[in-house]
Amino acid sequence: MDREIKELEKALEQIWDIALKFGLDPFPTRFEIVPATVMYEVGSYALPGRYSHWTFGKAYHRMKMMYDFGLSKIYEVVINTNPSYGFLLETNSPLQNKLVMAHVLGHVDFFKHNAYFSRTNRRMVDSVSTHAGRMAEYEFRYGRKTVEEFLDAVLSIEEHIDPNFFIKHERARGREDKDRQASKKEGRYDDLWLMGEKEDVAVDDKSEAPRGERLPEKDILYYVMRNSPKLGDWQRDVIAMIHEEMEYFVPQMQTKTMNEGWASFWHARIMRELDLPDPELIEFADLHSGVVSPHKGQLNPYYLGYKIFEDIERRWDNPTEEDRRKFERGGGQGREKIFEVRELENDVSFLRNYLTEDLCEELDLYVFELVDEEEWKVTEKRWERVRDQLVANMTNFGFPYIMVADGDYNGNRELYLKHAYEGSELDNGYARKVLEYVYVLWGRPVHLETIVDDETVVMHYDGEDHNED
Amino acid sequence: MSIQRNDWSLQRKGIIDQERHKERVKDAIRKNLGSIVSNEAIILSDGKRTVKVPIRSLDEYKFRFDHHKRKHVGQGDGKTKVGDVIARENQPGQGPGKGNGPAGQEGGAEYYEAEVNIDEIAALIFEDLHLPFLEEKAKQAVPDKTTRFNEIRRTGVMANLAKRRMILENIRRNARESRRARFGAVKKEDLRFRTWEEDQRFESNAAVIAMMDVSGSMGEFKKYIARSFYFWMVRFLRTKYDNVEIVFISHHTEAREVTEEQFFTQGESGGTVVSSAYQLALNLIKERFNPPDWNIYPFHFSDGDNYYSDNEEAMRLADELITTCNLFGYGEIGEEGTSSYRRSSGALLSIFKDRLKRKDRFVGVRIDDKEDVYPALRQFFGKKEEM
Repeated sequence: MDREIKELEKALEQIWDIALKFGLDPFPTRFEIVPATVMYEVGSYALPGRYSHWTFGKAYHRMKMMYDFGLSKIYEVVINTNPSYGFLLETNSPLQNKLVMAHVLGHVDFFKHNAYFSRTNRRMVDSVSTHAGRMAEYEFRYGRKTVEEFLDAVLSIEEHIDPNFFIKHERARGREDKDRQASKKEGRYDDLWLMGEKEDVAVDDKSEAPRGERLPEKDILYYVMRNSPKLGDWQRDVIAMIHEEMEYFVPQMQTKTMNEGWASFWHARIMRELDLPDPELIEFADLHSGVVSPHKGQLNPYYLGYKIFEDIERRWDNPTEEDRRKFERGGGQGREKIFEVRELENDVSFLRNYLTEDLCEELDLYVFELVDEEEWKVTEKRWERVRDQLVANMTNFGFPYIMVADGDYNGNRELYLKHAYEGSELDNGYARKVLEYVYVLWGRPVHLETIVDDETVVMHYDGEDHNED
Repeated sequence: MSIQRNDWSLQRKGIIDQERHKERVKDAIRKNLGSIVSNEAIILSDGKRTVKVPIRSLDEYKFRFDHHKRKHVGQGDGKTKVGDVIARENQPGQGPGKGNGPAGQEGGAEYYEAEVNIDEIAALIFEDLHLPFLEEKAKQAVPDKTTRFNEIRRTGVMANLAKRRMILENIRRNARESRRARFGAVKKEDLRFRTWEEDQRFESNAAVIAMMDVSGSMGEFKKYIARSFYFWMVRFLRTKYDNVEIVFISHHTEAREVTEEQFFTQGESGGTVVSSAYQLALNLIKERFNPPDWNIYPFHFSDGDNYYSDNEEAMRLADELITTCNLFGYGEIGEEGTSSYRRSSGALLSIFKDRLKRKDRFVGVRIDDKEDVYPALRQFFGKKEEM
C-alpha cells in the first residue's frame, strides 16, 4: 500500500509540474484515498462535516445503493477551500487516480481564478463544522424534531438567495458610514442614542435602503430572516447559517458546465503529456470518452463545456478571415483566450457568448417539449433559439426567479412573493407545499403571484387553507 | 500537495442521517397506513418479506418549474430533425420524465417509493389493536412435548445416568486427591443424573370463519376489499394465538366451504341468502371448533343485498353465532367510490344494528373505499368498552 502511495505521489508531482507549465495555477491540493462510504458521504453532504438532516441521509442512501448495485460510481470529489482537498476512491486503478488528480487540479484552478468565486470563503469546512456544532446544540436545547421541522422549511427556499448579495450589501453600508461620519464624530455608543430614531435615509431613496428593507428582494432567505414577525433568535441563526452555506454553493451551481468543461479539458491535455504505457493509454481513452460523451436525450455538462473550450481555443488560434478583419484577431491566442474565459464568465454568459452555430450543429442540440401530453417531441433546431432556450434554462441556476414583493401586504404583515415569469410555469403542486413551509417561517398569511396559462394567478395560504385567484 | 490515507472507520455521519431518513419514512408510513393497508403490493405479496409502496410527503419541496410544460434542450446523435419523437410520456424508465431534465431539474414522480418490510408495517398497524373478548380457552398441548431433560443432579434413577458428566467429575476428583488426572475408581459422589422438567405448555386456538357473499353483485373491487381485510386479520390473530385456523365459506343462495384460492378468485352469480352461510358456520363450529377450546371469530363480507324474506332467519342465526363466538364481524362493502349511499331494500347492516340482541359482540362496518379498510380493522379490533 505504501508503494502504491509512493507511486501516486510521483505521478502527482509530474501532473502538478505539467499543469503549471500549461499555466494552471491551483491552490495547494491535498489528496486523500478514502473508502466508498466516505466518498459517498462527502458527495451527499457536498462538504464534510455539515449539519445533520434527513435529506442528506436520503442522498447518501441513494448514492451508496447505486454504488453497491454497480449502477454508478463517483470517481472524484473536490472541495473548494485553500488548501483544496481531492478525494480518491480506494478502489480506483492507478490510471483512474492519475486522471482524477489531473481533473481535480483543473477544478481547483477554476475555483481559484473564476470571478464568481472571488468572494468564496476558503475555510468553509471550518465554518460548516461550526454550524454543525451550533445546530446540534439547538437540537439539544429545543429538541431534534423541532429543529428538523424548522430546517425542512428553511431548506425549501434555500436556493433563493442573492448571489450578488455582497455588492449591494457593501454599497448600503458604505452609505450609512458616510452619513454617520458627516453628522458627527463617531462614538462607541452611538447606536444606543440612535435607537428609536427613524432613519430618514430609507424613506427618500429606496434603492439605497439597507438590505432587508428594500423591495423587491430576491434574497427571500435573508428577507425572512430579518423581517419575519415570528422567528426566535435561534431560528434566525439557523437561517443565517444556511444562507452562508448557500453563498458558498451558489457559485458552483452558476458555473457547473464551465467548471466541468474546464477540468475535463485539462485532464485530457495533462494526461497526453504523461508518458503512459500502452495498457494505461487504452484505459485512459476509454475512461475519458466515458466522461466526455454525449448522453442521448440529455445534456452532459462535462461534454458541452469541454467542447466549447476546445472550440474557443481553436477559433482564437486559427481565426477565420472574417474574425481577423472584424475583431483584429491575429491568431495563436487560443490559450490566452480560454484563460480569460475561465476567469470572467459563468454558465449563462459562457453559453451566450461562445456556443456557436457550428457547435450547435456538431453537438446536434435541439429543443424538445411535451406535445399533447403524450409525446416528447423535438420542436426547434434553429441554433439561436436552441442557445437561448439553454441559457434561459440555466438562468438563476435553473430555479424559478422569485422575489419578495411586499412584507406588509394588506397592511397586515403578510408576505407577498412574486414569480418573475419568463415563459415557464411553476409546478403548482410543489409551490403550494413550499408556501406551507414559508408560512412556517413567516407565521402570517403568505401569497405567491405567478402566471398560469398566460393569466396572473395569486396563490394564498393562511396556515390552514390554500386559495387561488 | 500531498497524498494521504487516513483511518475513516469512525466516520458514520451518513449512516446516522440515513437513520433519520428511515425514521421519517416510518413516520410517513404511519400517517399513510390507510392507503398502505390495502396496497396491492402487500396484499398480493405472496410471502415476500419486503415490498415497495409509494408514499406521499417525503419529497423535498422546492419552487420548481412544471417539468411537463417546459422546453428542454437535449442532444442527439447528429441526425435529429424537428418533429422527431424522443420519448413517450408514461413509459417507465424512459425519456425525460425521469429526471433527465437539464441543469439538475428533476421532474417526474411525486411519490417516494419506500421499500418496506411487511412485518414492520404489521407491527405498526397492530400497535394499538386489541383482541376483543380474548378468553383463556387453553388446552394442554400434546403430551410428548411436555418432558424436557434440562438439568443435572446428584441423585436420580440409574437409567438416567449422565455418563460423560460422571467421567468428568471422576477425573476432577482424582486430580484433586491424587494429583493425577485420570479416570478410575468411581465412587458414588461422582455420579450425576439427568433429570427432567415437566413443561406445562398451553396452546390457545383461534378459528376464523371467513364468509363472503359471491353473488352476482359482488365485483372485483368488493372481493379485493374483503381480501385485504382478511389478510391483515389473519396476520393479527397469529400474533395473539399459537394456532389460527381459517375456514372459508362462500355463499350466494347456498353456502359451501371452499379453499382459500377459490374464496378469493371464484366468481359466481345469483342471489343472496345470508342465512345459508350462517347455518354452515354454526354446523362447522359444532363439528370442529368446540367453543370451550376455541376462540371463534366469524366475519362476513357482503354488499348487504339479502333476499328480503331471509332477513328474519339471518337475524336469528346471527344471534346464535354471537352467543357461541368471541366476536361477530360484519362488513358491508359499497360500490367503489360512492360514499354512504345505501340501498333501502334490505341493507343488512342497518337491520343488524337495529335488531341484534347482543350488540356488544357485534361489529358492523361500512366500506366504500380502499382507504376504509384500515379504519374498519381498527373498529373490529379496537377497544370495545365504550360501545
